[in-house]
Amino acid sequence: MTIALDRPVSVRFRRPRGLGVAAASGFLLLAFAAAVTPGLFAGDPLAADPLHVLEPPSAAHWFGTDQLGRDVFDRVVHGARHSLSIGIAATLVAAGLGVLLGLLAGLSHRYADEALSRGFDALAAFPLLLLALLFVAVAGPGTVGLIVAIGIATLPHYARVVRSQTFVVRQAGYVTQAVAFGDSRTRLVLRHVLPNVIGPIPVLAVIGLGEAILAAAGLSFLGMGPQPPSPEWGAMLSEGRGYLSIAWWTSILPGVVVTLLVISLTVVGRRLQRRFEGRTA
Amino acid sequence: MLRRIGTGLVVLWAAATAAYLALLAAPGDTVDAIIGDGADTPLIRSQIIQEWHLDRPAVVQYLDFLWRALHGDLGRSYLLQRPVSEVIGGQLAPTLTLAFSAGVLGIVLALVLAVTTRRPWARRASSTLELVLVSTPPFLIGIILLSVFSFRLGLFPVSGDQGVAALVLPAVTLALPVAGVLTQVLRDGIDRALDEPFVVTARARGLGERAVLVRHALRHALLPTVTLIGWLFGILLGGAVIIETVFGRPGLGQVTLQAVTSEDMPVVLAVVVFSAFVYVLLNTLADLAYLIIDPRLRRS
Repeated sequence: MTIALDRPVSVRFRRPRGLGVAAASGFLLLAFAAAVTPGLFAGDPLAADPLHVLEPPSAAHWFGTDQLGRDVFDRVVHGARHSLSIGIAATLVAAGLGVLLGLLAGLSHRYADEALSRGFDALAAFPLLLLALLFVAVAGPGTVGLIVAIGIATLPHYARVVRSQTFVVRQAGYVTQAVAFGDSRTRLVLRHVLPNVIGPIPVLAVIGLGEAILAAAGLSFLGMGPQPPSPEWGAMLSEGRGYLSIAWWTSILPGVVVTLLVISLTVVGRRLQRRFEGRTA
Repeated sequence: MLRRIGTGLVVLWAAATAAYLALLAAPGDTVDAIIGDGADTPLIRSQIIQEWHLDRPAVVQYLDFLWRALHGDLGRSYLLQRPVSEVIGGQLAPTLTLAFSAGVLGIVLALVLAVTTRRPWARRASSTLELVLVSTPPFLIGIILLSVFSFRLGLFPVSGDQGVAALVLPAVTLALPVAGVLTQVLRDGIDRALDEPFVVTARARGLGERAVLVRHALRHALLPTVTLIGWLFGILLGGAVIIETVFGRPGLGQVTLQAVTSEDMPVVLAVVVFSAFVYVLLNTLADLAYLIIDPRLRRS
């Protein structure tokens, strides 16, 4: 129960909606366009120019050039493809496995459910980076290892939501009716349970994509991702770290782009979340 | 309570087993990993197999590993030929110093931000700041701080772990994302607490807005943050690996990274088991703290 009193400081704050979301969506569109057709926006990311090494940002080179004279802007644009595809693939792995395991936990009996749920807890609680490093130690550095590592480490987000949704849907009238009609178990799950539990997943995945991109950049910064000379954002920052004292732009500008992308995904994701809130099951 | 400890032990066992299975699944030959760049003859190979008991069945090796881990013996590093506990123990201090100071700094920063930014405009500014802090890769924060305070202004050393000055930038780097998340959680908690009837009572007793906020609302908001201790530990430890690389600091992160790249599996395994142990310990302590802070929970 709340009593209406004069409460000057506890007014519920509403986030600014229009402008931020529009800017974020615009940036996301640009990033996706860059990932699909990088050639349209930028030149060759590998073209070295020994005469123009470590030049500061200028009209000719918007983000300056790196230690081999490569245009940093070109590399950032081409890097969008690496980072976005790794992020999307990892999110797909996480969401796919999460839905599957969450459904399994929600539909199974007490002990199996308990075991799976504890597993989700342990996975979610363990440091993402450490977990990913363990996977990389097993699978070796590279794109595939990165995707699997991040995918498995972030699966509990999705699994937990699907599990609790499954509990709700199990009790629903249409499921009881389908059971009474004698539907097979497979049909029951595929036709009635699954479509009603995956509602929140796409929105979760938008926010999850930001997290996956952040994790991927961190791991490739440590040298566990795509190997040079691939223009991957995390790897670019790691290379640029060595030249920080004389050329801040080779590392900081790619980093700012990663940050903008993650912020945009979070802003859009939260907006979608508010929009679809309460529209589950 | 016993149930909690039991669950903790199961989690520990699961972590150790999962890590061990991962080790088994790892491609590449253990003998090759131990030899590294050293001399490679059939005689040396058979000696290594003898010495590391690699000829025993996998199940026996696994049980042996568990038995030794139970006694605190985590095996020997392939690469350094020293006990793993020694390798990790030697590098623990710099990482703990970094994680602890970053944790404290992050918590203090979050408390100050959550309490002082109650006005709508301050709140808006602070929420934006939090969003930026949470979305920025930690290594970028580190690189920006390095670039400004070390290279431009020359205030702090660029790398190493000599003295307090070398600790400032890494600790701030690690503390900022922590503060970002904690401020959000604290603010939500304060908002919820201010809607409770006891706040009305406190106001009716004539308490000032500040006293209501700090003495009543904040205390309630702190409760859910205790649950976050496991998460805090994770982000501090995971972050330390990256921060140590950015600032060239020695520590657990560097050991882990080196072990991963050189396939020094006993060390990787030990880091996993060790962090699972700390995690379980912290969570059990958090549960205990909960009982002490909130008497309502003692009944169930």
